[in-house]
Amino acid sequence: MAGSDLAEEMSGHTDTEFQVNRRSGPDRLGALLVAIAAAGLVFQPFSLFRANRIVAAKPVWLLSALPPLEAWLVLAVVIAASAILLLRTRPALRLIVCALTLAVLALAVGRSGVFLTPPPNSYARVAPGGSFWIVTFAFSIALADASVRLRMSPLGRLALLALTGGALWLLLWSGAWDSLSILREYANRADVFWREARVHLLLAVGSLAVAAVVGIPLGILCFQVRSIRATLLNSLNILQTIPSMALFGLLIAPLAWIGAHVPGASAIGIAGIGIAPAFVALFAYSLLPMVSNTVAGLQSVPREARDAARGMGMTTWQRFFEVDMPLAFPVVLTGIRIVLVQNLGLAVLAGLIGGGGFGTFVFQGISQTATDLVLLGALPTVALAFAAAIMLDALVEIANPVSVRSAEA
Amino acid sequence: MSPGALFRLVFVVVLVAFLAVPQAFAPVFAPFASNGAPAIYTQSGLLTLTLSHLAMVAVATMAATVVSVGLAILVTRPAGREFLPLSRSIANIGQTFPPVAVLALAVPIFGFGPIPTLIALFLYGLLPIFENTLTGLTTIPPSVQEAARGVGMTALQRLIGVELPLALPLILAGIRLTAVISLGTATIGSTVAARTLGEVIIAGLISNNTAFVLQGGLIVAALAFFIHEGFATLETALARRTRGALLI
Repeated sequence: MAGSDLAEEMSGHTDTEFQVNRRSGPDRLGALLVAIAAAGLVFQPFSLFRANRIVAAKPVWLLSALPPLEAWLVLAVVIAASAILLLRTRPALRLIVCALTLAVLALAVGRSGVFLTPPPNSYARVAPGGSFWIVTFAFSIALADASVRLRMSPLGRLALLALTGGALWLLLWSGAWDSLSILREYANRADVFWREARVHLLLAVGSLAVAAVVGIPLGILCFQVRSIRATLLNSLNILQTIPSMALFGLLIAPLAWIGAHVPGASAIGIAGIGIAPAFVALFAYSLLPMVSNTVAGLQSVPREARDAARGMGMTTWQRFFEVDMPLAFPVVLTGIRIVLVQNLGLAVLAGLIGGGGFGTFVFQGISQTATDLVLLGALPTVALAFAAAIMLDALVEIANPVSVRSAEA
Repeated sequence: MSPGALFRLVFVVVLVAFLAVPQAFAPVFAPFASNGAPAIYTQSGLLTLTLSHLAMVAVATMAATVVSVGLAILVTRPAGREFLPLSRSIANIGQTFPPVAVLALAVPIFGFGPIPTLIALFLYGLLPIFENTLTGLTTIPPSVQEAARGVGMTALQRLIGVELPLALPLILAGIRLTAVISLGTATIGSTVAARTLGEVIIAGLISNNTAFVLQGGLIVAALAFFIHEGFATLETALARRTRGALLI
């Protein structure tokens, strides 16, 4: 990434500019986001109403999607929050205002579901419309911007993530969204949903764990034995170019053969269809980032540190476990972050070959043109990948030694 | 001719021959076809699918290049500096969106066919190019910047004459990453009825015909290899040239 002095010079720039601009005119990012939100509210419906699960949706604008009083209240909240974003206000205030606005929007879209489908009607579906997504997007960006301006510590970001997760859980648990179409889909298949969620996590995290157990020692070997480094990394690179869908498919035949011919293989679940080919494919894709990041981490250990350790009379093993590994750890952890986020996304493809996971809903939804079912699979996937990225980024920052952290800040 | 170059030449010839007369390769794939199933995909021509696949990747990559290089230039100018920290974190977080999810979310909005695939490829392609352009533009040695300012170049002249050429190898690396990722992601587009090589793979998955999966996968992997190689050659040549220019 950017050299430390340049990064510092740049952040210095933004600071002075921020202060100069502070005295004159509106907040420019705020203005842009408010314009996006306003365009969303004017040109896109707040909710989509369907008479049943698969017919075309009828757009409903905000003022008719909610009882009049509530609709005007939501509008007033959005306008007041927009005013605060437009002015050059303090980041902490912006953060709180954005969080509150997002909460109001979330409650409002749930209320609109109740309002548009009175209880006896169990066929009609209400889904969030374009303006809900656009306004939510604008305020989420504003929220991200406020947290960047606050320069939150890793622990602060983890706390914010936990709070968001808690709020989301509260919304789902309280039933505020129960009348929305995506939760109607969920209610129809609640137990399948949790089974697929477990499979999805098992695929993503399990293959990562195996890749770490195999990949880190391989990386250490590559670092020590220079002659095999190029060969191994190149072959893993080639593996990476095989399109994921094809790799999932290609593993079906060999695994079916192993399941049928190797004694005991089928007992531990190795078979041509189901979870095994997906697991092996994800493992194969995870191997390259694990090996190459271990090598890069070990290469980043300063020669002075090794020399000092040798000077102190540490044995080879002591040097390796007390100097090399701790110093390489942040880079290895970065590799784990890359793999986990990538695996959570790729595991969707398991749905295509009967391997389960959230992909089951995505591909079922696509083949039935049932948008809500697609969302039921895609939204949890995105949320998981997103949470994993924030969590591991914070951990990487915590794991980094102070010197590195201050240089990158 | 070096062994590497010879290997690449043979590889190209085999790929082109396979796309031109796939039936000639039927004996190669026949062992993978399950009892009596055709060994070569004939629903649509492999060449047509390959061209349509490449066209889709090219269009999406070019659009992503124009937009993300433009954005990166914008946030590194004095007027856009305010947006730099945010755009960095958006680019970082945006990478976490799984391509399949982007595709799935685009279908309800844009319907079936090539459009959602193009949108997904475009959106997913923005980030690597943006990130690399940003790195390229922000790591130019201050001495070079000062020299350019010293000889009286205007901001625009500095951008076109100094900053962009120096950042070009990194920008190209970003485009390469995007193109290679898009090539693989485009196969998933066939689940929403885009005409790509994914069609062959899906046909194989549905009819349990490994020969189809293999030929679809191999063509995509070969294309990815050539695009990767082509860009890498260009990057090293350019990097050598800029380094030479800097020394003078």
